[in-house]
Amino acid sequence: MKLGFKHEWIETNIGLMVVITMLAISVAGMVEIIPLFFIKGTVENVAGPRPYTPLELRGRDIYQDNGCFYCHSQMIRPFRDEELRYGHYSLAAESQYDHPFLWGSERTGPDLARIGGKYSNAWHVQHLIDPRSVVSQSIMPGFPWLATTPLNMSDIEARMKALRDVGVPYALTKQEYEADVKKFGPELAKQYYIPNAQQNIIEQANANDYDGRKNGPITEMDAVIAYLQSLGNQVDWSKVNENQLVKDR
Amino acid sequence: MSQNPSQQGQQAVQTTGHVWDGDLQEFNNPLPTWWVYTFFATIVFSIGYWLIYPAWPIGNTYTRGFDTITYVDKAGQKVTSHWNTRALLMEDMNKAAAFQKPFFDKVLATPYEQIAKDPELENFVMATGHSLFENNCASCHQTGAQGLVGHYPNLTDDDWLYGGRYAQINYTITDGRHGYMPTFGEVLEPAQIDDLANYVASLSGIHADPAKVAAGRQLFHSDTAGCFYCHGEQATGRHVIGAPNLTDQIWLWADVPAHHTAQGKIEAIRKVIYNGVNKGVMPAWGDRLSPVDIKVLTFYVHNLGGGQ
Repeated sequence: MKLGFKHEWIETNIGLMVVITMLAISVAGMVEIIPLFFIKGTVENVAGPRPYTPLELRGRDIYQDNGCFYCHSQMIRPFRDEELRYGHYSLAAESQYDHPFLWGSERTGPDLARIGGKYSNAWHVQHLIDPRSVVSQSIMPGFPWLATTPLNMSDIEARMKALRDVGVPYALTKQEYEADVKKFGPELAKQYYIPNAQQNIIEQANANDYDGRKNGPITEMDAVIAYLQSLGNQVDWSKVNENQLVKDR
Repeated sequence: MSQNPSQQGQQAVQTTGHVWDGDLQEFNNPLPTWWVYTFFATIVFSIGYWLIYPAWPIGNTYTRGFDTITYVDKAGQKVTSHWNTRALLMEDMNKAAAFQKPFFDKVLATPYEQIAKDPELENFVMATGHSLFENNCASCHQTGAQGLVGHYPNLTDDDWLYGGRYAQINYTITDGRHGYMPTFGEVLEPAQIDDLANYVASLSGIHADPAKVAAGRQLFHSDTAGCFYCHGEQATGRHVIGAPNLTDQIWLWADVPAHHTAQGKIEAIRKVIYNGVNKGVMPAWGDRLSPVDIKVLTFYVHNLGGGQ
């Protein structure tokens, strides 16, 4: 074909080649991702999803530290088999406060998007310490140190501020706190007030027996289980218009 | 040794003109014709694809495509949507639901006691119940529903914490349970707990110290320990609050079967009295499973062997 174009132009000009290569490999990404910031319904308008409490947030960080997402996805796809096993397909709205999201792409273990409330705290403690003591065919490694490692909460405020910078409605000022009260109610707004974060962690851990001990030492186990128990049960499905969810895609 | 490619035969191909190491050159072949036409064909194909399926973003919306999917929503209305995976799921669920509907309708309409009289229906309920059980219940109660001493009750025996009748099992699954026994280590003297442990052991025929058994029996029925409040005068338990029967040699919290000496068995019981129990949590499934699923599970669990 003679179009007056010679690929020697590109091949002999490394700067041009770098630019054109980058364009070529990013075009699909740009075309698919950028419009999502503008299309209505990308994040479904459903009531319920909320930011993590400071204790749950620490649990999420520990979940990432330990690489749980390598084997566990948090994304139920819209297929019948997945719906029957895990429950309603995941909504974008449910991970709107996740930075980064932990959808994952590998399921060596089961999906955890709706694990919250499925098992008791005691089950999670036993299962995390020694998975095969409850699920004999499991190949999951044990994480016994979670139960004995004290929870580091010294940097929780910095962690929340970082998330606030990318749009999670954690509150630093009185106005932001008031806005949270309006949006999430006073109980949760208190949890999202950054200056009280450490106190909130201690109170939530002491009021519940996540690691099997109320008022005991606060461990990483408390945080991880608080996080797991918050996954996937925030949307009130009886108030969701399924037909709208279909239209949104 | 290969020859210089630019000098091979009459149909010598062009090279790019670069030469490395004196003889290393680069072909400059045109793309094969079939490849070029296939490439154009994929572009033509994509135009059809754009027309049929959701494709181009425009402002805050996008082209929906001409293909549609019609499904029946929860309210029974027919809904037609542009093609997408969520609508596809709805259609898929519809198809399966239509196929299973006669069975599930029959399950809902049939009283528990009548299900077993219809072999086809019973097969359906037991098969469906089995997969529901393996998915939701087996993590705690184990794949054979045999439970785990020290943690989760065995569902195949006829010993029930909260009752083994259909209505009771259904209630347990729907609303969940939270078993609780106070910590007696802070209330009673070590010797008193020892007496109680000996008495409880004796109820199951474990060889215990007669003097301690007598003291324990008195303590059990006294207001000091108050064991009989929950476990009953006969120590046979109370379903309303999930207090276990202590006379049937079936153990949940005290790992008695693991010990082979009377001393070890009594020690296991002593530990439970000392520490109390606050982990017997059965999650509530009412929000997670549909009423008919719970009915199926109730029948399944009831028919594992111990239903009353």
